Formats: sequence, C-alpha cells, structure tokens
Amino acid sequence: MTIGVGLLLATFLLSVASLGLFLWSMSRGLFGRGEAAGRVIFEPREVGLVEEPAGPVGDEDALQGVMNRTGHTGEFSVLTPDQASERARLDASSRMPVLAALTSAVIWLVLASAFGLLASLKLHLPDWLVEHPWLTFGRIRPAHLNAVGYGWCSFAGLGVSLWMYPRLLKTPLVGGRIATAGIALWFVGVSAGTWAVLTGHSAGLEWLEFPWQADVPLFLGGTLVGVSLLLTLQRRTVPHLYVSVWYISAGLVWLPILLAVAKWPGLHRGVPQAAMNWWYGHNVLGLWFTPLGLAAIYYFIPKTIGKPIHSYNLSLIGFWTLAFFYSQVGGHHLIGGPVPSWLVTLSIVQSVMMVIPVVAVGINQHRTMWGHFAALRHSPTLRFVVTGGMLYTLASVQGSLQSLRVVNATTHFTHFTVAHAHLGLYGFFSLVMFGAMYFVMPRVLDWEWPSARMISLHFWLVTGGFAIYFTGLSIGGWLQGLAMLDASRPFMDSVRITIPYLVSRSVGGALMTLGHLVFALHFALMLGRRGDRRGAALLRRPSPEPVGVAAGATA
Amino acid sequence: MSGEREVSVFRLWLGAVAIIALATTLLVVLPTLSLRDVPPPDGLAPYTADQLRGRQVYIANGCVYCHSQQPRDPSVGPDQQRGWGRPSVPGDYHYDEPHLLGTMRTGPDLLNIAVRQPSRDWHLGHLYQPRAYLPGSIMPAYPFLFERRRGTTPQPGEVVVALPPGVAPAGTRVVATPDALALVDYLLSLDRSYPVTRAETPR
Repeated sequence: MTIGVGLLLATFLLSVASLGLFLWSMSRGLFGRGEAAGRVIFEPREVGLVEEPAGPVGDEDALQGVMNRTGHTGEFSVLTPDQASERARLDASSRMPVLAALTSAVIWLVLASAFGLLASLKLHLPDWLVEHPWLTFGRIRPAHLNAVGYGWCSFAGLGVSLWMYPRLLKTPLVGGRIATAGIALWFVGVSAGTWAVLTGHSAGLEWLEFPWQADVPLFLGGTLVGVSLLLTLQRRTVPHLYVSVWYISAGLVWLPILLAVAKWPGLHRGVPQAAMNWWYGHNVLGLWFTPLGLAAIYYFIPKTIGKPIHSYNLSLIGFWTLAFFYSQVGGHHLIGGPVPSWLVTLSIVQSVMMVIPVVAVGINQHRTMWGHFAALRHSPTLRFVVTGGMLYTLASVQGSLQSLRVVNATTHFTHFTVAHAHLGLYGFFSLVMFGAMYFVMPRVLDWEWPSARMISLHFWLVTGGFAIYFTGLSIGGWLQGLAMLDASRPFMDSVRITIPYLVSRSVGGALMTLGHLVFALHFALMLGRRGDRRGAALLRRPSPEPVGVAAGATA
Repeated sequence: MSGEREVSVFRLWLGAVAIIALATTLLVVLPTLSLRDVPPPDGLAPYTADQLRGRQVYIANGCVYCHSQQPRDPSVGPDQQRGWGRPSVPGDYHYDEPHLLGTMRTGPDLLNIAVRQPSRDWHLGHLYQPRAYLPGSIMPAYPFLFERRRGTTPQPGEVVVALPPGVAPAGTRVVATPDALALVDYLLSLDRSYPVTRAETPR
C-alpha cells in the first residue's frame, strides 16, 4: 500500500513539475504577444466587424447593431474588397474536402440517431424487433456509439477543421485532394466497422468495437487529412499560430497514436487490457473530440461577434493543461475494479485537476461573450456554439465530480454515466458542430440557408429534446444507483425504478432525432441550391464604410 | 521569420507526443508490466473450445453493455451480499481476451453466474424469453438463437428447451442452436468462487 501511495505521490509531483516546465517552454516568447496572436483571425482593421453568414442578411445587420451598441472596440472597422475577395479565395480552397466531410457527417448523424433511438426504445420494449440478430440491443447500441463517434462527430470535426485551417493560416488549403481521399477512406472505415458490429464481428471493447481491418482505413484517412493540414501549415503566412490550430494539429497527432496503441495485435489481454480500454475510451473524447470542439469554439465565437478572444494566454494554458490532465483520467472508469489502486487514484486526481483547463476555457468564453448576449438572438451560429460551450463547462465539472469515489459509488454502472456521456458528446460537441456548420456551409456553397425557420426548429427540437433526455436519464440513473447500493432491496428494484426515465429518454431522443431530420433535410435543400440566392452579393460584403465608430466614441 | 515559425510548430508536436507518451506509460505500460506475469489462480481452468465459441456469441451480441464481470469489494458496494461473489482479482481474468469487465449494470454482474444459476435448462429458457422467468426483466429475448419446429417430439441430436407452459406456441418445440448451447457453456464457466490469496489482490 505504501509503495502505491509513494508511487502516486511521485507521479503527481512529477506531473505537476513537468507541466510547469511545459508551460514555461511552450509560452516562451508567446506570452506578451498574446493580443496580436488573438487577432490573427481578423484582417488588420477588421476587429469590430461581425461575420455571420448563417442567418438572413437582416440578421447580420442586427447583429452588427448589437455589437456596435455593446462592443467597446474603439476602432474603425473595415474589410476592404481586396481582403474580402482574398478570404473568398481561402474559403474556396477547402471546398471539396469540406463538402465531402460535412455531407458524410450529416449522413452519419441520421444513421446514428436511428440506431440511438432504436436502442433507447429497446430498453423498455425488450420484446420488440427481437427476431433479427442485427437488431438486438447489444449490436444496435455499439453501432450507435461508433456511428456517432467515428461517423457524425469525426466527420463534422474534420470538415470544420479543414475549413478553418486556410482561414487560420491565411493560406489556401494545400493538398485538398489528399484530404478528400482521407475523408473517403474514413467513410470506408466507419462503414465497414459499423457493418462488422451489426453482423456480430465486434472486437468486444467499448469504443474499440471496430475490428482492426476497419480501423486501418480510419488510421490512414486521418493521416491523409493530417498531411494536407501539415502541408498547409508549412506554407502559412501568419506569424502566430492561433489556439485553434494548436488544438486541431495536436488532435490529428493524438488520434493515430491512440488507434495504433489500442489496436496493436497481441499486446493486450485481461485486466491490463481494461486499463488500456479506458485509457483509449477517455482519450478519444479528451484528445480527439474535445480539441476539435474547442478549436471551433475559439474560432467561431470571436469571429461571429468580431471581437478577439478575451485572453489568448489563458487559452494556451487551457490547451496544455487539458492535454496533460485529460490524458490520464481514463482509470476512473474502473473504480472498485480489479485494477491496481494507484492507477485509479491517479486518474481521480487528474480528473479533479481537469477543473483548471475547464475554468480557463469557461472564463475565456464567458468574458468574450460578456455584455453581448443579446447577439444570440441574431445569430444561429452563436446560439448553438455558445450553448455548446456552456454545456462543455457543465459536462467537465460534472465529470470531475463523478470521478470522486463518494459520487462514483452511486453513479458507476448506471444510466447516470450514459447521460453524462451525452452531455459531453452531444450537449457540447454536437451543438458546437451544428453552429459551426451553419456558419461554414453558406461560405462553402456560396448560398444562403433556405430557411431561417428550419434552423430555429432544429435548435429548439434538439435543445428541448436533450433537456428531457438528460434530466430524465440522470434522475433515473441516480435512483438506479441508490437502489443497487441498498443491499436490502432486490436487484430488480434497480431495474424497475428506471423504466419511466428510460421512456422519457426515448421521448427526448425522438425529439432530438426529429431535429436531426429537419437539419438533414435543410442540408439537402442547401446542397440542391433550393431557395433563392437572396443577398448573395452581401454574403461576403466588404465594408467600405467604417463601422463601430459610435462604440469607439462611447467606450 | 520562418526559423522561429518552425520551432513553434515543432514544440507543439513534441509537447503533444510527450504528453500522450506519459499518459500511455502510466495507464497502459505500467499496468501491463505489473500484471503481465500474474499466474492464473489454481482454481481457474482455461476455457474450452465450446466455451470460447460461446464467449464470441456473448461478445457478438453485446451482453457486456448491460452486464459487468467484476464483483467489487464490500467497501464499494454490496456486490458480495447480492451473491455475485468475492471481489475479483487480476488473475481471474488470466484467459480473458478481450476483457469483458463492463461498465453497466442494467442487469446483474455475471462473473459468478454459474454459481447462482448452474442449470443449463434455466439459461436456455431464460435466453429464449427472460420474462418467463423474471417478470419485469428488460433483457431482450433472443429467439434468433433458437429454432421453432413443429411437433413436440424431440428428434435425435436436438436439445429442446424446457420452457414454462405458454411461452412457446402449442404444438411446437424450441430447439437450441449451436450458438445458444455454446453461449450457455460459456455462462456455466463463469465461476470464480475458488479462493484466492491476499497476494493475488491488486494493490
């Protein structure tokens, strides 16, 4: 036991010391220039100008009005026609791979929703659709998870990242065809893997159900996208790497490493394999989805409202602490299990330390938006991204608490964990991606979204549905945990008590699915260039007249 | 300018790789090194070919998404009082690849299900229709692991499932497929009730 404690203490001190060293070395020469780095997503005199292609033109004007009233930039804001057409050139450079990725994302969103709703219904209708093996709960559920993770979320994250890269580096995307080939390979991988799960060829580990044959195309596809981004990175014309570039670049390094270690043949078995399983399971969230989601938040909030991020330096601290602490939290999935206790304790400690990066992101985001919340009314992008950002904070704080033994005792093995997982991957990541896609697609297609109403409907269906989903399942999971802990109650009590909440989860999930169908239909209409191209000339309007003067005068 | 630029990207990647290397060392390499040479407990036999086939059926149909295989210490939960067995130790999983520890208990822990339910007939019938045995159960029925045949007389080589009356339509018999038999073989191998020494418990 003392060896364990000593080892733990040593690891902890070592990690804190090396983290300090990291922050020091990474920030050398970076701090102090933070303000300039934060402005790299704007043209020299653009700060103060909003950009919101998602809504009708009137909305963008209203948004600018809100920012003129509330934004204290004190600057003349101008986007010259030259700058506007250069940006159009950058946007055009990534069109093909972005379109491929985002279309794939929508396809997998619909598939994943169908699997998810089906799995949810089956939990309270256990004799429904039982004749076919591929429809059994134990196959539909992992098909849902993988379709969400490697389908919808990965495609959306890759597509939005590919689109942001040229803008972040002020360089046309290099190797667009390589990236498109990568997206195609990824599609092959996720299709083959989901097929394998449904036909009973699962590899058996949660988050790693795909047989290795399906992971190879994923690995290669991700690498190809990474190659394109690396080539673009080398040609960049900006002096500063914006924090979103950090997140995306690191994520694209981390994912292949995770996959390669996890799938290395003959390496893992028994209890160590369980440790590896949750090292992977949590890192794919923390080092793949979270970086891509945060990269989008750090770009789209400042860009939409025309105001640089509150503190660039804070965002860098957030980046390194996230990477450092998040990568070691996986063991908290094995609390009470037959694993060395130092492993679990280490993960609990790092889970609690996660408060640091989360607070860094939360403060930064909140201080950027502070005073401008009226802007949410006029920007679909902001509505989704800001809501997603808030749920990120909530999900992370909840995750830290849930790792504590006293809380975990109740929530472990229950639906509470499932609700938490959805708060992260849906409440945070998916909402952010919806918002980003509403911004990106008009730029990609040079076309406005056909219907502002459908965007609104999408928003309220998915947020309302998710509120029902999350609240019900969290309560049900907690009651399930209490029933299981009480030895005087039969196990069946813990099953019966969840039924009404499982039903409410299906109701919430059905609303979410409906929202996704609205979104998918809207996306298809957009692809088919339905609606009119009204205001197209204004889509990238240069601003000959300086705006924001009033704000400057009153600041 | 380019010189400084390259350093900064290089530092980013170096940092990213170093961080994941540290995490991998702590969460994957060290547990593997410390547990790799743990011998199997004396009471644990390797799985037979049939049991391994059944284990594949268990994996293919995702039993792990509702059933854990890790009874915990009494200080963590009343697993032992529920009859799920003593706290498991790493050696109990010596022959497990892939591991099936699980993260959900929508249904009960199964590491010692053979101790609680040693009857093959019970398992076969319960897989065919769980609610015929446990009213209120939300476990899916698995009719695709069985064949319904006309007539009630067993033919040679058939394992006919003994079901409570009214579960199968009158005048038919429910025959277990080889997959169902293998799965039950595996479930009946889930017995980790042999004693383990203190040295075998994880630290």
